[in-house]
Amino acid sequence: MRPFTYLRAPDVATAVRAISAEPGAKFIGGGTNLVDLLREDIEQPGTVIDITGLPLTGVEELPDGGIRIGALVRNSHLAAHRLVTTRYPMLSQAILSGASPQLRNMATTGGNLLQRTRCLYFYDGAAACNKREPGSGCDAIGGFNRQHGVLGVSDDCLATHPSDMCVALAALDATVETRSEHGVRRIPLVDLHRLPGTTPHRETVLAADELITAIELPPPPSGAVSRYRKVRDRASYAFALVSVAAVLKVRDGSVSTVRLALGGVAPKPWRAYAAERALLAAPATEESFTRAAEAELTAATARPGNAFKIELARRTIVATLRDLLAEGSAA
Amino acid sequence: MTDVQTRELPAGRTTGRNVGRPIDRVDGTAKTTGAARYAAEYPYPGLTHAALVHATISRGRITSVDTAEAAAVPGVLAVITHLNAPAMKPPPPVSPLNLSTLVSGTTVNYLNTDEVHWDGQPVGVVVAETREAALRAAALVRVGYRELPATVDFAAGQGDARPEKSSPIQPGAVAKGDAAAAIAAAAVSVDVRYTTPPHHHNAIEPHATTAVWDGDRLTVHEGSQSIAWMRSHLALRFGVPAAGVRVISPYVGGAFGGKGMVWAGTVLTVLAARVTGRPVRLALTREGVYRTVGGRTPSAQRVALGASADGALTGLIHTSVTRTGRVGGMPEQVTSASRHLYDVPNITLQQATVPLDLLSNTAMRAPGESIGTFALEAAIDELACELDMDPILLRMRNEPARDPVDGKRFAHRMLREAYALGAERFGWPERTPRPGSMRDGKWLVGMGVATAYHPSWQFSANVTVRLAADGTVVVRCGFHEMGMGGATAQAQIAADALGVPFEAVRVEYGDSDLPTGPAAGGSAQTASVAAGLLAACEKLKRSVLALARRSGDSPLRGRRPHDLQARDGGLWAGASGPGETYAAILGRAGRASVEARVGSDTRAGEILGQAKFIAKFLRDRRRWVKAACGAQFCEVRVDSDTGEVRVSRWVGSFDVGTVINAKTTAGQLRGGIVMGIGMALSEETLLDPRTGRIMNPNLAEYHVPVHADIPPIDVHYLNEPDPTMPLGLIGVGEVSITGVAAAISNAVYHATGKRVRDLPITLDKLL
Ligand SMILES: Cc1cc2nc3c(=O)[nH]c(=O)nc-3n(C[C@H](O)[C@H](O)[C@H](O)COP(=O)(O)OP(=O)(O)OC[C@H]3O[C@@H](n4cnc5c(N)ncnc54)[C@H](O)[C@@H]3O)c2cc1C
Repeated sequence: MRPFTYLRAPDVATAVRAISAEPGAKFIGGGTNLVDLLREDIEQPGTVIDITGLPLTGVEELPDGGIRIGALVRNSHLAAHRLVTTRYPMLSQAILSGASPQLRNMATTGGNLLQRTRCLYFYDGAAACNKREPGSGCDAIGGFNRQHGVLGVSDDCLATHPSDMCVALAALDATVETRSEHGVRRIPLVDLHRLPGTTPHRETVLAADELITAIELPPPPSGAVSRYRKVRDRASYAFALVSVAAVLKVRDGSVSTVRLALGGVAPKPWRAYAAERALLAAPATEESFTRAAEAELTAATARPGNAFKIELARRTIVATLRDLLAEGSAA
Repeated sequence: MTDVQTRELPAGRTTGRNVGRPIDRVDGTAKTTGAARYAAEYPYPGLTHAALVHATISRGRITSVDTAEAAAVPGVLAVITHLNAPAMKPPPPVSPLNLSTLVSGTTVNYLNTDEVHWDGQPVGVVVAETREAALRAAALVRVGYRELPATVDFAAGQGDARPEKSSPIQPGAVAKGDAAAAIAAAAVSVDVRYTTPPHHHNAIEPHATTAVWDGDRLTVHEGSQSIAWMRSHLALRFGVPAAGVRVISPYVGGAFGGKGMVWAGTVLTVLAARVTGRPVRLALTREGVYRTVGGRTPSAQRVALGASADGALTGLIHTSVTRTGRVGGMPEQVTSASRHLYDVPNITLQQATVPLDLLSNTAMRAPGESIGTFALEAAIDELACELDMDPILLRMRNEPARDPVDGKRFAHRMLREAYALGAERFGWPERTPRPGSMRDGKWLVGMGVATAYHPSWQFSANVTVRLAADGTVVVRCGFHEMGMGGATAQAQIAADALGVPFEAVRVEYGDSDLPTGPAAGGSAQTASVAAGLLAACEKLKRSVLALARRSGDSPLRGRRPHDLQARDGGLWAGASGPGETYAAILGRAGRASVEARVGSDTRAGEILGQAKFIAKFLRDRRRWVKAACGAQFCEVRVDSDTGEVRVSRWVGSFDVGTVINAKTTAGQLRGGIVMGIGMALSEETLLDPRTGRIMNPNLAEYHVPVHADIPPIDVHYLNEPDPTMPLGLIGVGEVSITGVAAAISNAVYHATGKRVRDLPITLDKLL
């Protein structure tokens, strides 16, 4: 690990000032991702600004019935929060399906959004990686790409965004609030992360000096049921091969509300708009679910290692909607 | 959660007061409270820290080394590369006259060469005042290479595999009758190929060394499975007398074969301490372990079976290809269980290996048998399906009375009984044979079974036993405690042999200054040490009796050793006859203690011991086939949408001879099953076939099972002694990983109708 200067910011204004004064500085939340990246020499900030002392640790109810989540709320705290377990159980499920209890105790909401890919070649300094070293090539393309994306990827990068929490947030229409010396910005979560194209090292629309301060969720769709389903290589403590966050409401046998997001298959939490369009007002049947999944996945491209993800995603979408349909009718 | 059933011993056999009991391990408190000190935890004044620089090519020569930036890191004391490292003697060639020559992890003379033989080979070591500075500086050493063509892809290299030659320890081939013709003519046959990937041990304690020189005397703290061989190896490499080298290893945080050899980290820590004149500690990162410590070879196997319509096997072919490194490693006895499990008139077995430009492979829990039983026992299941026959019935139909290959007698074999017990505990009769017929909602339920088999070995061990006048006993033997409970088991054995309470016995181990113990491998340590210990206890009792008989007052006067029982802290004539306590005998004789020793640690004694051992080993092998065996039963649930496999139930029923400690034995058996579940479902070292580089050298991406993957494991054993082994005990460290992957793949087939013949059985293979 390279030596760096460590600062502790007592308040938001100081944090924002410090980062704009130090080009290449980085915020550190729980550090569960950043410290690994420092150790591997993938991130090389000259200054690390500890933001865990910022007063952004609350989960509050908003007047419209939504909630506001401070950027420094720990993942385990958020998953257990009454407002979340009662109104957004899918968000709890998503968080609890990720990492381990120890990591979730450390990890923060802001850090979770900005965690970086787990691509094996991104992590290995001896390998070529356009994300780590722009223009160096992509060893994942001809190598191990079983974990990699099938939607939104490019010939320069196949990496996925690994977060579970973000997939639920994408389906819940979350908004990210940031602060910088230039003021406050509000960004829909689905627009926070970029697709790689020819610049996979640029992962989000955030400027280097922007601090994430909060996430806001609109009220959950009334009368809908929701669920986060994660498929992985062992029962716990593995990243998603495919995950599905789904919100469903059926009226008179037809889909009246649907939100669908996918994890493990794309460079960003993937809101499945094509599938949603296919489902809305369609009969709530297995056939519709299958058609919708296929509508989303027609755009998918695969490499030999990850071709199974297209079929797995199709099956997981259908199974999750099928389960929700049963749950909704039982309720 | 886990139920351990101990069978009552048959009436009429005397059992000790301690042997067999579920006594808590003696090191339990030290370990759970953190008091136990591991190799990277020894404080020394002036201690320094080392870090390795690894090559990033698989084959070639170093053309340039730039250490300027590294050397400039504050706190760095030395940057050692092949350009400035002192000369070391090269690793010795393997010689049957000196078994310690087996212990070189590779043939590379680290930092004494500009040649690179694998991706990850250490090409430098940095020593600094802190570990952080050492790691930072290591990352700043710039090494230039001239790359040479390398062969690293096992799948592509298999064509170049050479058939193995037989050795006295391991026959590489068997040709009995004409298996190919028998299979071609058989009423029913299968001919299938199986593959298994490379694996790594992932002991919870990454390899670590602390080394301190004092003149030509060297002290090394290291978690090791072979301290005596490590001592000889280091003495030879550094050209100092072995008597001045001490390897201390009281706690080993898991090993599974990965700490059997001397790997680069150990040698380079000692080298770094030599160069800097300071105590040096090297605690490998997890990645460092993957890059410098060998793992399990991948394998490609073929099993062909022929049978008559009623299930009598007529032919068996089992062939395998595995790999070694070009700089070391060993062929695995992949077909070993196929020699012994089935009564087949025609058998062809052949193992082949191909050397690649990769780090040497090394032993990992049940090398050979763990992957070999996967193929054999899955193929037997496939044949049972072809025959429309219950797979247990098929196995019992072909259970041999004598060794199928050479007709030798089994020292002990109770596989039938193990199956009967396991089937009853598991509820095997409830299984409906048709694949996919046991659905539970969205879950496809399957039940599978397979045979476990592991040869039983015994090496020599030097042991001393000292009995003090206060009735306490000290057992001394340089064996190894990697978590199995060795000290506890030997204390139980000594307590019973001498008739003293368990608490009166202290066992010293894990130090090369102690009488030389066996390397901990082949599940042989408990039996090997027990044999030496029992002999030493016998000697000791004779000495005590001799002391007693010198006095006219002793009630033991005139008694002979075989008349006597050791119990109640003394020697007594039979169950109710006269006798006296050790305290009384020693007190009267004015002796503070009496000691007995088995084996000699002098050079001549060592050679003699080795010769005796080899003679006994070969004699035993001519007479007997010895093994532990068992039956693995499992239930799996496969998600009908996603193909996720979850193991929901396990019953393991084993024939492991006399059980010394019910608790630690169950722990060993269960641990092997857990490791087997990992092998079956998730473990795989991802070695990029383009570069030879391991791409998942960490516990996030190499998937060992987590708690949630492991069901309740119900372990049973028959507790019937093997008459040819000390106390009738057979080692338990490895047998229980064998058969596990086959039982799971058979259960997955039963659940889904799909045969996955390529481990691990990940969900993509079931979609
Ligand atoms: C072994 C392992 C397994 C894991 N498994 C999973 C899993 O299954 N599913 C899953 O979803 N995740 C998993 N994770 C990832 C884990 O969820 C993330 O590491 C964690 O959420 C990151 O949060 P943090 O606060 O520790 O971030 P940090 O490491 O502190 O920061 C991460 C990044 O975010 C930036 N940052 C942090 N806070 C802010 C802010 N407020 N404003 C602007 N920038 C900020 C930092 O500068 C840094 O670039 C796993 C991690 C590990 C190590």
